[in-house]
Amino acid sequence: MNDFIKDFPALESGEYIYFDNAATTQRPRCVTQAIEEFYRTKNANPLRGLYEWSINATQAYEDAREKVAQLIGAAGASQIVFTRNATESINLVARTYGEENVGRGDEIAVCASEHHSNILPWQMLAEKKGAKLVWLEVAPDGSIPESEYSKIGEKTAIVAVAQVSNVLGQPKPVKKICEIAHKYGAVTVIDAAQSVPHMKVDVAELDADFLAFSGHKVLGPMGIGVLYGKKNLLLEMPPFLRGGEMIEYVTRESATWAELPHKFEAGTVNAADAAGLAAAIDYVRSVGYDFIEAQDKKLTTLLMNEMSEIPHIEIYGSQNPDEHCGIVTFNVEGCHPHDVSSILDTDRICVRAGHHCAQPLMQSMGVPMGSTCRASLYFYNTEEEVHLFCKKLAGVREELGYGS
Amino acid sequence: MDLKQMYREIVNEHNLHPSHKHDTENPSVVLRGVNPSCGDDILLQLKIEDGVITDGSYIGSGCAISQASADMMLDLVIGQSEEDAKKLADIFLRMIKGEATEEEIETLDEAAALENVSKMPARVKCAQLGWRTLNEAIDSKNNES
Repeated sequence: MNDFIKDFPALESGEYIYFDNAATTQRPRCVTQAIEEFYRTKNANPLRGLYEWSINATQAYEDAREKVAQLIGAAGASQIVFTRNATESINLVARTYGEENVGRGDEIAVCASEHHSNILPWQMLAEKKGAKLVWLEVAPDGSIPESEYSKIGEKTAIVAVAQVSNVLGQPKPVKKICEIAHKYGAVTVIDAAQSVPHMKVDVAELDADFLAFSGHKVLGPMGIGVLYGKKNLLLEMPPFLRGGEMIEYVTRESATWAELPHKFEAGTVNAADAAGLAAAIDYVRSVGYDFIEAQDKKLTTLLMNEMSEIPHIEIYGSQNPDEHCGIVTFNVEGCHPHDVSSILDTDRICVRAGHHCAQPLMQSMGVPMGSTCRASLYFYNTEEEVHLFCKKLAGVREELGYGS
Repeated sequence: MDLKQMYREIVNEHNLHPSHKHDTENPSVVLRGVNPSCGDDILLQLKIEDGVITDGSYIGSGCAISQASADMMLDLVIGQSEEDAKKLADIFLRMIKGEATEEEIETLDEAAALENVSKMPARVKCAQLGWRTLNEAIDSKNNES
């Protein structure tokens, strides 16, 4: 037990060991309360009404935007676009900036360890515009070998990379990647879905052009995500979706667009979940990234040490627990990950099994059947949970018919 | 039967020591079945003579449930007419959806042990793979001839 558990209704009973935090985190009570409060006290369509409820709804929505801007070090809240999730954020960039600026023969550099959400939009763009995808390969520990960076050059229009891999947990040197990209006039699209929950992310320090993350992976509600963009880029980009509240003026023939960021937020916005995300950000800041990083290191070290004592377990990625951001991907020899996860589920242990939406990485890792198990931790997990998990994991092979 | 029991009593044996995981000589029909999201992959081989499945086997890889289910299926359908094999497939596929009667389920012999997979939506496709491939294999052969 720790002091955080009482804030998380789903964890309070202590009956479940939730080790699938890279898929989605649990939500503290303050987040669901903020959503409930929004609907109870200011439920009106934001950005439109001229009466108190609507004004308050707008305020809650814009306060959330301000909180996000502060969290990631954006110069202004107008550079924060709310989306549904990181996937939508990246698609937005591909469909607007990408389609306007990428042409035949241009190159889009994508890291081989990316989540499908940072691959498929670029595949689509490359196909549409006759551009070429160039893969930055990764070493078995998840790092990008120095020689791979020479693939970024004069033809590169976009460099798309996750700050932290959702499979290997290895942080990438995003600042350096942005420097290299900028040397050749390319823009960077940083998938920060796995980094924002675990480390202080500062878009100014990284000099990232675009950065995306999902609220639900950082204690917030599902259905609200963030796109950060540099102002000059966002200003030049055409709208993504068209409709209500993203316009300045509409005639029968044409329209002009609202100011940033509303140009990119067509239709009624998800203000209630934005309020939930704001509460999540407050909670994360109260815990503090120093504590989160220390807890990641402590628990991941314990987990990797205990797992390495269990026979027939292979852990992927770096041998150094400090380079995992709480994500430990593994296989049990001879056992399909889905069977492993099903057996652990009977002990109320939640781990992910499968390709983790990173099939190209699974292919280059050459894992059996393109599939792995993944335990991913967050600061509210405990040493007791790690012990119990390892104890149960040690018994899985026997449950699946192998002699112990 | 709880899940661990299902593995221990039925699935593990058929997964680790299958009776039918090998090639069939001169098969009349060979069909690949895959579950792309799990990586389950089988190559079903059937020898069908005068409308009767006289021999059959599979090779492949995947989770224990997919492999064991294919093995148990072959236990059941070898020696059956195509028509009866398709009837069994129909019962099995309905059992996995929770739609078969107890009487019907009894006809599935050992494969009936997979009934509880109907409560595990993520594993339904694994259990179905062999049977779906069997259905398609019989249909594809009959469409050819």
